[in-house]
Amino acid sequence: MSGDSAASAPGRSGARPGRPVGRKKPGSRWGRFLESGLLQGGVQGSPVIRLFMRWVRRPLLPVMRLWRRNIQLKVVVTTLLMSLGVVLLLGFVVIGQVRNGLLDAKVKASQSQATGGFAVAKQRADEAASGTGDDVATADGRPAQNVTQWLSDLVSSLSSGGQGAFDVVTLPASDADGAGGRGQRASGEVDWNKSVPADLRERIGSSTTAAQSYTRITYNNEIKDSQPGLVIGKQVNDPNGDPYQLYYLFPLTQEEKSLSLVKGTLATAGLFVVVLLGAIAWLVVRQVVTPVRMAAGIAERLSAGRLQERMKVTGEDDIARLGEAFNKMAQNLQLKISQLEDLSRMQRRFVSDVSHELRTPLTTVRMAADVIHEARADFDPVTARSAELLADQLDRFESLLADLLEISRFDAGAAALEAEPIDLRNVVRRVVSGAEPLAERKGTRIRVLGDQQPVVAEADARRVERVLRNLVVNAVEHGEGKDVVVRLAAAGGAVAVAVRDYGVGLKPGEATRVFSRFWRADPARARTTGGTGLGLSIALEDARLHGGWLQAWGEPGGGSQFRLTLPRTADEPLRGSPIPLEPKDSRRNRGLDDAGLPCGGASGEKRATVPAQPASASAAAAAKRDPIPPRAASATADPTALPGNGARVVPRPASGTRRADEDSGRAGSAENGDTRGSSGTARSGRVGGPAESAENGTVSGSGRTGRDPSGPGAREAGPDEGTAVPGEDAAAPGEGAAVPSGETGLGEANRQGEASRGR
Amino acid sequence: MMSFMKGRVLVVDDDTALAEMLGIVLRGEGFEPSFVADGDKALAAFREAKPDLVLLDLMLPGRDGIEVCRLIRAESGVPIVMLTAKSDTVDVVVGLESGADDYIVKPFKPKELVARIRARLRRSEEPAPEQLAIGDLVIDVAGHSVKRDGQSIALTPLEFDLLVALARKPWQVFTREVLLEQVWGYRHAADTRLVNVHVQRLRSKVEKDPEKPEIVVTVRGVGYKAGPS
Repeated sequence: MSGDSAASAPGRSGARPGRPVGRKKPGSRWGRFLESGLLQGGVQGSPVIRLFMRWVRRPLLPVMRLWRRNIQLKVVVTTLLMSLGVVLLLGFVVIGQVRNGLLDAKVKASQSQATGGFAVAKQRADEAASGTGDDVATADGRPAQNVTQWLSDLVSSLSSGGQGAFDVVTLPASDADGAGGRGQRASGEVDWNKSVPADLRERIGSSTTAAQSYTRITYNNEIKDSQPGLVIGKQVNDPNGDPYQLYYLFPLTQEEKSLSLVKGTLATAGLFVVVLLGAIAWLVVRQVVTPVRMAAGIAERLSAGRLQERMKVTGEDDIARLGEAFNKMAQNLQLKISQLEDLSRMQRRFVSDVSHELRTPLTTVRMAADVIHEARADFDPVTARSAELLADQLDRFESLLADLLEISRFDAGAAALEAEPIDLRNVVRRVVSGAEPLAERKGTRIRVLGDQQPVVAEADARRVERVLRNLVVNAVEHGEGKDVVVRLAAAGGAVAVAVRDYGVGLKPGEATRVFSRFWRADPARARTTGGTGLGLSIALEDARLHGGWLQAWGEPGGGSQFRLTLPRTADEPLRGSPIPLEPKDSRRNRGLDDAGLPCGGASGEKRATVPAQPASASAAAAAKRDPIPPRAASATADPTALPGNGARVVPRPASGTRRADEDSGRAGSAENGDTRGSSGTARSGRVGGPAESAENGTVSGSGRTGRDPSGPGAREAGPDEGTAVPGEDAAAPGEGAAVPSGETGLGEANRQGEASRGR
Repeated sequence: MMSFMKGRVLVVDDDTALAEMLGIVLRGEGFEPSFVADGDKALAAFREAKPDLVLLDLMLPGRDGIEVCRLIRAESGVPIVMLTAKSDTVDVVVGLESGADDYIVKPFKPKELVARIRARLRRSEEPAPEQLAIGDLVIDVAGHSVKRDGQSIALTPLEFDLLVALARKPWQVFTREVLLEQVWGYRHAADTRLVNVHVQRLRSKVEKDPEKPEIVVTVRGVGYKAGPS
């Protein structure tokens, strides 16, 4: 759970710099606090804490999501918090000033009142001292009695001056004198002990000037509540000249009331301001956010294909401009898309029309040619040979036309996938049995590995079969008589079929180019194999239509491997392939370099063949020996099987990616020789099977020189089986050279490229 | 080949060259072809010629091939093989759904065409008297009838063959490829769309609720089998 938020955090902070600064700061801080401080801080602790954190987090998650997703909430909350801060600050300042003003006046008044009082007390004491001078002599106990009485009189007279406005308290100068009779007196039932702070008493005791302090005046009377007050005191002398402390206590009730009134007013006003600001922020943001949300919703609908959606535009402000621009964009998009759709529809129509218009006469020609071909035994040699050529070239023309139409169907986006769950083993079985006659002639054995368990995927059986037929026929044709290994595997969300041969292999860089249209590796090579040059391009398109990959790997002299990876369900993206693109028995994986693999010689050939391989490899290279595993179905997707490693050739690891394949695939250079077998054998297989291909074999005669480039895979074995017609060499001059007459109008490129895939 | 394999073939195609060429090939194989070039006249020609099989081009002047196919199918179960220049699924499926038994994509080889025609005509071999049950249906193989509660259900010969193939081995799941071989006579797997479309058509006739088939049950990822009787 913490990992989840940790993952989202960088993304958020990364997205933030683009946003307005004012909003950014509090938002990110808050978010950081939530995520890192509150929610992650304790996660590293004990399991109990972690559990607690999880428990705390769970109810917070929706809130956090809302926070992340709702800009209105963010702005309103931020505004509320900030205005609350401002109002609080303002309130404190105002209240402080009001309090100071109120107290200053009160203190000044109190001080003058107290000063007057102290003067009166002093004056009374002086008067009493002079007036009682006789009495002192007459009665010894009197003076004390007199002072006590005098003090009481003084207090009552002083306090009577300000009824309720202040109280007067007298205290002995020191606690030691307390017993002397000059006890404490207080007017208005003031609890002198609690009301006069001790430190004030000390201060007054140690000096003769007046001092003041704030206090809380408490009363002995239960009914009267204590109240805040100001106490001003001074040490003065009684008539006997003994010091005592005289205190004036001024209650501040009135001031406190005023102050709390101000406070209340401010708080109410502040609350209103905060709430109103929040509401204003909400309204203002709503004004901005509503169109933005509308734009977002409409953009989503646009991207979902509802191109007629438009924003409502009112007014001429920025939002309206946004709406207008948005609508203009949508309109342009709609225009372009509909143009493209029209174009695609036109192209599809055109392809369909061309297809029909070409095919009907071609059918007639084809049938006529076959009738003539059947009867060729009755003709003179030249006519008979012409009949053969006619029939063969028609085959070639047909498959070329079929492939061209197929590829243009892909280009027009008219290819539709009919996916249903199929077991790829059945497809492989059909393909292998279909390629068997060709393999026999080539002396190749086709082995199938990994077909113990079902390999089921949602796929278009027709297309998958076409792809695999293409790959297998290619492998047999270019396998130089060595074994061809077809392996199946399923893992994760993907299934894969890899076709491995041990033939000439691919040169560096060719692994990506084999999928290019009409591409030929080696134009100088004799075209021993036919093919339209579109086979692998179509196969690649077929794979792509499934959301799958078709990739090639090869090393010069070490053979090649073509791997088809399909997602198990049609709409699932591929993450990896169950089969590594580079086979385990590649030269590099076995620890052999280019020089390490003997080329040409019989022994070398033997070593390169599959069955002999593990033994010889173990003897030759002990380091990274890796014989073919008994079963190809590795349990997990191999890391090297990822698309980034696709289409690789040994000397330059990871050179090409699948994207590169696609690009070069569009480039449409010359590649040839691959489909030929597929469509050819397909046709023959469908109708007559082996019988048909055998017949073709005789037709092709000694086609060693590529005189019969158009022949389907089945015809290639010509040299061994065919009956050589004497005149045919004249018709097909030049070993390995181009066929004399332009067969298809594709001209030189095609003719030169007619050689195989360049091995 | 035995003589009953030969038969009358009505060629409905507006391309005269192709029609003539088809005539040459068909005659060479011992069939008796008759021709019509216009979709509007196709039905009349069909009634007149009473062919054993119809070769029907999909693109015709007047009524198009789909319409012609539907009209013929409405009054006869005679095998119809479409000639089409389009191998796109939509075109093929539309043709098959309108009642065609099989299709062949131009350009085709004569042998291929003849093989298809023979496969469609082969079913007229005399079947042995046989009673089969599938679901609540009773099938009389020799009498070529399917009945539910004594009520007979009209099926084309191809649909009948498909149903019989399933009913003969109710314990077996038939892959589409096997059905193609047994019913259509393809020795190598061709287009499984043929099977899909015809199973749908068969279901629409024999199932009480085609949405929930009980007679022809789909085995996902494998094929079809007969429902329990």
